[in-house]
Amino acid sequence: MITLQINGQSHTVDAPDDMPLLWVLRDMIGLTGAKYGCGIGRCGACTVHLDGKAEHSCMVSVGSVGKRAVTTIEAIGDTPTGAKVQQAWVDAKVAQCGYCQAGQIMTATALLNHTPNPNDADIDAAMAGALCRCGTYVRLRQAIKNAAK
Amino acid sequence: MSSSTVSLFAESDASIREWMHTARSPSSSALPLDRRGFLKLAGAGLALGFYLPGGARADSETPQAAGAASQSPAMNAFVRVAPDNTVTVYSKAPEIGQGIKTALGLIIAEEMDADWSRTVVEQAPIDAKVYGYQGAGGSTTIPRAWDQLRQAGAAAKAMLIAAAAQQWGVNPAEITTRDSVLTHAASGKSATYGSLAAAAAKLPAPDAATLKLKTRGQYRLLGRRFRGVDDAKIVCGQPLFGIDVRLPGMVYASFTKCPAAGGKVKSANLDEIKAQPGVIDAFVVEGNGRLTEVMPGVAIIARNTWAAFEVQDKLNVVWDESGASRDSSSELAARAKQYAAGPFPAPDRDVGNVERAFASAAKIVDAYYEYPFVAHANMEPQNATAWWHDGVMELWAPTQQPNRGLSQVAALLGLPEDKVVVHQTRVGNGFGRRLINDYMCEAAAIARRVKGPVKLQWSREDDFAHDFLRPAGYHQFKGAIDPQGRLDAWQEHFITFTADGKNPAAGADYSRFLAYSCKAPNLRRGLTLMDLKTPTGPWRAPGDNAQVFAQQGFMHELALAAGRDHVEFLIDAVRREVPELAPKSKDVNFDPERAVGVIKLCAEKTGWGKSLPKGRGLGLAWCYSHAGHAAQAVELSVDANKRITIHRVVVAVDVGQVVELAGAESQAQGACVDAFSMALAQQINIENGRVREHNFGAYPILRIPFAPAAVEVYFVESDFPPTGMGEPALPAMAPAIANAIFAATGERLRAMPFSRFGYRV
Repeated sequence: MITLQINGQSHTVDAPDDMPLLWVLRDMIGLTGAKYGCGIGRCGACTVHLDGKAEHSCMVSVGSVGKRAVTTIEAIGDTPTGAKVQQAWVDAKVAQCGYCQAGQIMTATALLNHTPNPNDADIDAAMAGALCRCGTYVRLRQAIKNAAK
Repeated sequence: MSSSTVSLFAESDASIREWMHTARSPSSSALPLDRRGFLKLAGAGLALGFYLPGGARADSETPQAAGAASQSPAMNAFVRVAPDNTVTVYSKAPEIGQGIKTALGLIIAEEMDADWSRTVVEQAPIDAKVYGYQGAGGSTTIPRAWDQLRQAGAAAKAMLIAAAAQQWGVNPAEITTRDSVLTHAASGKSATYGSLAAAAAKLPAPDAATLKLKTRGQYRLLGRRFRGVDDAKIVCGQPLFGIDVRLPGMVYASFTKCPAAGGKVKSANLDEIKAQPGVIDAFVVEGNGRLTEVMPGVAIIARNTWAAFEVQDKLNVVWDESGASRDSSSELAARAKQYAAGPFPAPDRDVGNVERAFASAAKIVDAYYEYPFVAHANMEPQNATAWWHDGVMELWAPTQQPNRGLSQVAALLGLPEDKVVVHQTRVGNGFGRRLINDYMCEAAAIARRVKGPVKLQWSREDDFAHDFLRPAGYHQFKGAIDPQGRLDAWQEHFITFTADGKNPAAGADYSRFLAYSCKAPNLRRGLTLMDLKTPTGPWRAPGDNAQVFAQQGFMHELALAAGRDHVEFLIDAVRREVPELAPKSKDVNFDPERAVGVIKLCAEKTGWGKSLPKGRGLGLAWCYSHAGHAAQAVELSVDANKRITIHRVVVAVDVGQVVELAGAESQAQGACVDAFSMALAQQINIENGRVREHNFGAYPILRIPFAPAAVEVYFVESDFPPTGMGEPALPAMAPAIANAIFAATGERLRAMPFSRFGYRV
């Protein structure tokens, strides 16, 4: 049995240590906001925060999470930065299909928490791991800048 | 190889071609009934539409996301009005990222004079008898739904007005409507839609012929910018997509098929698999041999998705590949080149006299263009949830063709169609891949053998291995410029693929849009078909997504050979009168002057003709695709290491009236990024019938640092009825980039991806 701190709540799951956090969240806890895209840490759709740091949850084994606080897209709006980013996303109409956007928002929120006024290079560096197959990058960049204002 | 295997490849391919045809067919054929009948039945049929057998939920999204079905008074199948004045409108088509849920909702709300801030858009149930065709493909959803939805909105408004007129004892013609409020100015009476909804719903549906639809100048909503109706849910990670479906007692499945298309299961280590942790069951599914439905494979039923995936690695299947594909993409490309160098085939289009034109030409240009297979790589890997209960197969699926899927599942399981229920979820990318419902049929076949609901999830690797690829293609061109510098002859030998030995494979036929827009007074086209077993299918802007690259690249070469300005040469060519090439059907809206309009607008906005710093190049291209006219201009620079930096992208589009501006712009921006991504580095290699790229590591999709920082989008606004935006802004981007690279470097790129010539970002 593994106990996790997720979105401020304690969850105990019967999962093998090597099971990726992504699938524990999605299939065991029922938090389906983090998405499966590649399973090899190449697309960023599964991004969550571990103690505020953006991580690909498909590459984090549940046994390695330990006491770190897990925050998912479902609760990121409870943080001031997360709420600002979500609002900026809606205002700029970033989403097309929307599938990758949870990962984009989690990545952007971590960026803004670390770098409140990012320049283009900061955005490029932080967001390069988050693929968008619809190609929403133009608006996504603008939304990050708007959220930083 | 057995002839039955051959026919199964051909049969699968033929069914995709048939569906592509359905997806593209004009709007008039989409309505199952005449218009009057539609409104009447739509009203009466609403109860039918909301009736789901077996006590299933009455929503059409993920079961955990949607609330109880609204029971507020229904005006017809598209509109409900609640006593609190909330208007609910139903979007009948799949949302695949094209913004259709917002757009369709706005069309209804506009005609209805509904208060958009208090309008809710819900996904309609899947029922072709009530809604007609509910697919999303070929950029046809808007034109197909335009009349139907405007009538549905206008009919609801007419019923509300009639109810108010009765209650107030006034002439209905004196009642005005705005923002879900009815007003009779003379008597000073007013009422909300909600207060009259119950009375209005009891009135007969009006005759469609009596409905007066708005004109463009009367619009309050259409043409403006709106937020996406589901955006607030998306940014909070709410469960909207097929992959998010959860049901009580649900189990998880993976499905392993032969990596070479057409292979069958000989044997598998099922006992060993069943003993693995997390595994509930494992069994062979024989399937029906159709690539578009269920091919033979091994289903692993597990307690979670991860277990179902992990055990796939331990699965040992002995495949019978006697009838399977042995295709090699490199061998096919080499063979195509030989055909191109050989004799010209019997032409299937022969206008004027190309030989005479070549004999009298001032300049002759020859060129060979080619492009590879590419994958869809939908961000949401294929999945579907199926639940066999109470004699009903109930499915939740991210599909572009839910009606087809329903029929396919019914036929597959031998069920009447009213014993199959399909819930349309949000779709994490379509791009044409999800016009094919193989994953949905597999889920149904697996669920038939599982107690309780089961979610079939493909891994990313499964998704790459079992795509219906954008076919590669090869074009040998020969063009003639006459002594006046005009395009005089166009000869094109198109080498492509066939699955049945007779017809071009799905997505591999010559573009029906280029058939009108690629004009020369003397024109000859011929086709060579190479046998292919690898399944192909529609990929965003089928045909055009690659053929426009070849056609517009070669047009640029011809313009330069003629010594003429590229833009002026393009305009001259498209305006040439060639009666044999003009559309015969009035359903085809190709218009040379609309083409000229977008070319000129694009050139003007981009500052065509301006001088550029050394190392910079400006390229332009245009297309008529999926009923839209579009032109793209790209300004870029290339460094000594062939690193491309795009400085500016300008897109000019004419899709008639714009329904929702922010979404339409977004489609154009996304299409530019998608096309750049595809043109630069995407290539699927096939060896021994197997796709060699398995994940994003080997198949690069453009990332934010390399995407254009801005894409300027301009619309030619007109009174033409609206057409779709999902596809028209994609095809001209790749040739615009290639033409710009030529302008910057002098190197002509006659093949995609450009990375094969060392170009990178």
